[in-house]
Amino acid sequence: MRPERAEVTGSEQLGLYTLLRVRRGGLEPGVPGQFFMLEAPGRLLPRPMSLCLAPPGELAFLIDPIGPGTRALCALEPEERISILGPLGNGYRLDVARPLLVGGGIGIAPLPYLSEVLNAPPPILGFRTAAHAEAAALLPDAQVVIDPILVTDAMPAGHDVLACGPEPMLEAVARLEPGAQLAWEAPMACGYGACYGCAVEIDGEIKRLCVEGPVLDGEVVVA
Amino acid sequence: MKILNASGCLDALTAPEIVRSLDAFVTKTVTPLPREGNAPPRIAEAEQGMLNSIGLANPGIDCFLSNTLPRLSELGVPIWVSVGCFEVADYADLCDRLDDLPEVAAIELNVSCPNVDDVPASVGEIVGAARRATRKPLYTKLSPATADVAEVAQAAQRAGTDGLSLVNTILGLALDEWTLQPRLSRAAGGLSGPALKPIALAAVYACYAATGLPIVGMGGISSGRDALEFIAAGASSVALGTILFSDPVASERVRSELTSELTKFGVDDPDNAIGLAHAESAPHRARAERAASVSG
Repeated sequence: MRPERAEVTGSEQLGLYTLLRVRRGGLEPGVPGQFFMLEAPGRLLPRPMSLCLAPPGELAFLIDPIGPGTRALCALEPEERISILGPLGNGYRLDVARPLLVGGGIGIAPLPYLSEVLNAPPPILGFRTAAHAEAAALLPDAQVVIDPILVTDAMPAGHDVLACGPEPMLEAVARLEPGAQLAWEAPMACGYGACYGCAVEIDGEIKRLCVEGPVLDGEVVVA
Repeated sequence: MKILNASGCLDALTAPEIVRSLDAFVTKTVTPLPREGNAPPRIAEAEQGMLNSIGLANPGIDCFLSNTLPRLSELGVPIWVSVGCFEVADYADLCDRLDDLPEVAAIELNVSCPNVDDVPASVGEIVGAARRATRKPLYTKLSPATADVAEVAQAAQRAGTDGLSLVNTILGLALDEWTLQPRLSRAAGGLSGPALKPIALAAVYACYAATGLPIVGMGGISSGRDALEFIAAGASSVALGTILFSDPVASERVRSELTSELTKFGVDDPDNAIGLAHAESAPHRARAERAASVSG
């Protein structure tokens, strides 16, 4: 539970998103779907980010600059250092026979690392616009759909679905594949169970997503 | 001088090693009945601070005593139990149930949560009832959102509190960048972090002068310098809250920074710095000033 000062090695633009790379140092990449708390320069609270890629000696995070914290992260320059805590939470179970990766928008973030660990299963990615879809370059063999076509329109049956994306997408995926594993998102201040900020209703009880998730079984009702 | 956590800012069971770096652990507030807390979203970052509207989520006193407390006592750190109620009699009842438990080092009376609708009775009545129910050290946690916090502190003192925890959060509002709607489900939430520090310092300063009671100072402490300022204003211990979210191991750092800060002022023991900011401790202050001018 000790944050590490990690040096930024670079960042690249992928459509409207930024892939931020840092030197790995003593940080372990963890299981795909786990997340890290990244110090956002100039902001009080760190930001939760799932690991996108684990190149040798590095960790990479896909960031959507939607607020002051994520914009500060996207503006980081090489050799700057930020504090990083992780890996945190529960990732995807990897004991799957016929994996299918399903991602929506910035929710594709954990899938490249997941794909690497599972030996490149087929991915289906959905985006709001063609500009957002440029990030699909992270998964070269992906089937890409753009709104109004939805990932659930393209999902073949009979797979072990591992998904991450906006809540309506996750709910739609779970309706088609109740056995899917879904990675959820919530605002977090700490990422390690201290702040109770990420509480969501899980199967009728309010629980902390950082402790119980962020990956939950599709049968679990999240509200 | 002890370093504690602010109630509700640390879960001992998910971060036991962080708890062991503290001199005492303050529990999340326990209420008579279980509470799920407020609907999400319940936290939001604000300028120089954060808002929370957790809403006293906790398993209730029965489950706390049977389930949580035995596990907390295994950590080997003194446990302060924070209690919060909506009736005077309930405060007395909870204190009574904690009174005989050797693993409970102190009780903090949360009479100031900004995130619940029910307004409790007067602080004097609550402290008086709690005092009659327990021999444990009682610390009363006050809100700075009152016309005269020192007057409330004096009422708590007359009713028998052993110390004060200063301060609880103060209501604030944050609006979404894109929709201009409140970012918390309850709209407003308790403001903590650096923005709270001057407000908390003022409360510590005023209550120390008015009561002389031991004070646990809290509100935006993130460095040894911050801790020193609270001690100089009158705190005899300090608690870390929001800083733990971004720096779980902050207590070690604050402790070592505080030692260096004290050295700058020629003070060897933090207890000798308590109240230095007050005119009546002029001899201490003169000594500190001399030390500062020599080292400067």
